[in-house]
Amino acid sequence: MAHATTHTHDDAHHDEKPQGFLDRWVFTTNHKDIGTLYLVFSFIMFIIGGAMSGVIRLELFQPGLQWVAPEFFNQMTTMHALVMIFGGVMPAFVGLANWMIPLQIGAPDMALPRMNNWSFWILPFAFFLLLLTLVLPGGGPAGGWTLYPPLSLQGGYNVAFVIFAIHLMGISSIMGAINIIATILNMRAPGMDLLKMPLFTWTWLITAFLLIAVMPVLAGAVTMLLTDKFFGTSFFNAAGGGDPVMFQHIFWFFGHPEVYIMILPAFGIVSEIIPTFSRKPLFGYQAMVYATASIAFLSFIVWAHHMFTVGMPLGGQLYFMYATMLIAVPTGVKVFNWVATMWRGSMTFETPMLWSIAFVILFTIGGFSGLMLAIVPADYQYHDTYFVVAHFHYVLVTGSLFSIIAAVYYWWPKWTGRMYSEFWGKFHFWWTMVFVNLLFFPQHFLGLAGMPRRIPDYNVAFADFNMISSIGAFGMLITPFMMFVILWHSKKHGVKAEQVSWEGAKGLEWTVPSPAPHHTFTTPPKIDDRMLAHGDVAH
Amino acid sequence: MHQIGKSIAALAALAAALPAAAASPQPWQLNMTPGVTETAQAAYSMHMIMLWICVVIGVLVFGAMGVAMFRFRKSKGAVPDTTLVHSTKVEVIWTVVPVLILVVMAWPATKYLIAAADVRNAEMTVKITGYQWKWRYEILDYKGIEQPVNFVSSLDVDSNRARQGLKDPADVQVDGVNTYLLNVDRELVLPTDTKIRFVITADDVIHAWWVPALGWKQDAIPGFINEAWTNIREPGVYRGQCAELCGKDHGFMPIVVRAVPRAEFEQELVKMGGTLPDTAAIAQAPAAPASAPSSGR
Ligand code: HEM
Ligand SMILES: [Cu+2]
Ligand SMILES: [Cu+2]
Repeated sequence: MAHATTHTHDDAHHDEKPQGFLDRWVFTTNHKDIGTLYLVFSFIMFIIGGAMSGVIRLELFQPGLQWVAPEFFNQMTTMHALVMIFGGVMPAFVGLANWMIPLQIGAPDMALPRMNNWSFWILPFAFFLLLLTLVLPGGGPAGGWTLYPPLSLQGGYNVAFVIFAIHLMGISSIMGAINIIATILNMRAPGMDLLKMPLFTWTWLITAFLLIAVMPVLAGAVTMLLTDKFFGTSFFNAAGGGDPVMFQHIFWFFGHPEVYIMILPAFGIVSEIIPTFSRKPLFGYQAMVYATASIAFLSFIVWAHHMFTVGMPLGGQLYFMYATMLIAVPTGVKVFNWVATMWRGSMTFETPMLWSIAFVILFTIGGFSGLMLAIVPADYQYHDTYFVVAHFHYVLVTGSLFSIIAAVYYWWPKWTGRMYSEFWGKFHFWWTMVFVNLLFFPQHFLGLAGMPRRIPDYNVAFADFNMISSIGAFGMLITPFMMFVILWHSKKHGVKAEQVSWEGAKGLEWTVPSPAPHHTFTTPPKIDDRMLAHGDVAH
Repeated sequence: MHQIGKSIAALAALAAALPAAAASPQPWQLNMTPGVTETAQAAYSMHMIMLWICVVIGVLVFGAMGVAMFRFRKSKGAVPDTTLVHSTKVEVIWTVVPVLILVVMAWPATKYLIAAADVRNAEMTVKITGYQWKWRYEILDYKGIEQPVNFVSSLDVDSNRARQGLKDPADVQVDGVNTYLLNVDRELVLPTDTKIRFVITADDVIHAWWVPALGWKQDAIPGFINEAWTNIREPGVYRGQCAELCGKDHGFMPIVVRAVPRAEFEQELVKMGGTLPDTAAIAQAPAAPASAPSSGR
């Protein structure tokens, strides 16, 4: 194993950051700067995607068509999802990985720093292309983020743009994933055995394998769309002997692992934060690792649970129902382990802990509705209604996004050397808690009462809960700006952070100063098991 | 006495109104309705079973969290027990018990699913075709006799005016119930207490035919023919919508099923130019059993 690569230049100039803007940010190969770039990019995308959801919720505020035409409404739902998933959540997790994985395993940088630069810089171009479609003749994609043909092929120019953008995002993700795997497998400091690694690193290792496995599948699926549209093939065109349902199978073979790509790193994050603020090691560390791996495995064999109404044979429906239900077992193990970590701990409730606790509760609620959706006879009713919209926002917003926010508050002192205002951090949390639940909880009721998803207008019976939901959305829309101000203020005026910024924090990242110098671990650290959260492998 | 009588009468009226309540969504409606078919009842039962199991698990897990957060806080002087990091016994329990719970859930789900998949012995076949943005209905056969009924059903005039801002959506009503975006120009009339088989397809993009009171939705896919069935127990008007994104007017292609007793249905059928078994017998023309459309592709 090639541990810390040999470094020929001397340590003295290691904290020199490149001076010019171009050198520092555009040509950078430094994992911390690239991590920052990813996080800033994802923040901007969250605002853009959030603005789009604002348009949707504005139109849905009351029955009747008031603000936008149905065509544009459909473009907004489609773009909102693509921007949030590929521009918001995924880059945020890659940014956190860039920052934290080398620090957590005692590596000087990512294994492939130049590729790292490229992985990031592809993204702005990809999203430029994607967002450009909104101003093209014919507008943006309007067939839903799932891109089901034949509908998605009714788009005009945007089809080519969207597909090319997705190819670019895929290339970026695959390179990022290769880099993470190479870093974790080759660059761990001596003594940092696999089963001593922090859970964030572990979950990312597994996530990276998922990415490499499924991003090419997505690329293949959209390429077939491209040739169907522009080169006369009939992969998905029934009139030409093709099969539109085959697209759905291929798409969801990517799509289900994709949802785990967006949640496994979140599991890793809360598995770091809850032990810190419970002042107690994570309960069942090894079980957590195995549960993550088995969720990743199961995620490949449940895809058709998104397709229970396409007319699958009975045997297929039964199989996909049983397989999907099984995922509840390792997921349950995780939740139980987090609760057991808190049990007999010594807890405090700083901002990152609040977000993590909310994550456990609200993600579990999303998990419950997921389990309900797995039950085919009931899914015949739930499918494609607002019940599903509520479900996936509980796992994506109060799951993935909450964990990202928790991570930012948790590692912020390490990144910047400053503490933020606990009062305002908590204010941000409680504000979000109120509005996010106003936003998404009533959507369960709407779905059960029969409101389909992806509609720009609805019957008057659905009016009340839609209005509540929209009010929740408007409250949510200002939260990114709130967070921005809190962090900006901290950066400028925050109290200086200590090296170990949280009393119970363990792990190599807390053995370097705050803020972390530009270069860290240029010589591999000596691992002291007591400094690791999981040094004691006996458990 | 008088008072009580009044309340009872009111209750009875309410109970009588309930089946109607299942027919279209209600303001502030919180839950799924049991519907008017076996399939809808199954969906409702599974939904309630799942809901209650989840509620119980939720109370236990969140309760334990609550206790932990209350009892083991540093401000109350809690000292961490750093040895509590592993316990094979509880870990085995919280792996095995969920598996057992899943089996309990899977059992009825499997039973209902098998029943829902059985399209045999239908007395009537209706073909549904989805178009951007309307539905075509064809009654292919009734009691083994081929039928010529074939018509298109699309958004009603009132809703259409309201969506263009020419009318207030709240004023789109039928018998005092708001039908904005849930009404059509021509209803699909079906008999009650009859096993009806549907063959479902589409002509352009994928749609999905969904009437919540019947308990299922089924995708309508160009080039494919899907099957489903229903057996409606109660007469009534049941409203639904397309449930698969199909373009700009996806939100504007509702579905209305009017279920009527068989005798009444047969009159309707004749009015639409259909043939009934006895009249057929008189005509001495026992129609060949309708060639069953193949399922799958
Ligand atoms: C403030 C935050 C958010 C609001 C107000 C919001 C609101 C909405 C709304 C109104 C829809 C359309 C539902 C429909 O018409 O069917 C939607 C769809 C969706 N959202 Fe969000 N959302 C938010 C955050 C997110 C985040 C963070 C993600 C993902 C990481 C996300 C992923 C999706 C997806 C995948 C869809 C489905 C789009 C489709 O039907 O093709 N949302 N959201
Ligand atoms: Cu899935
Ligand atoms: Cu539709």
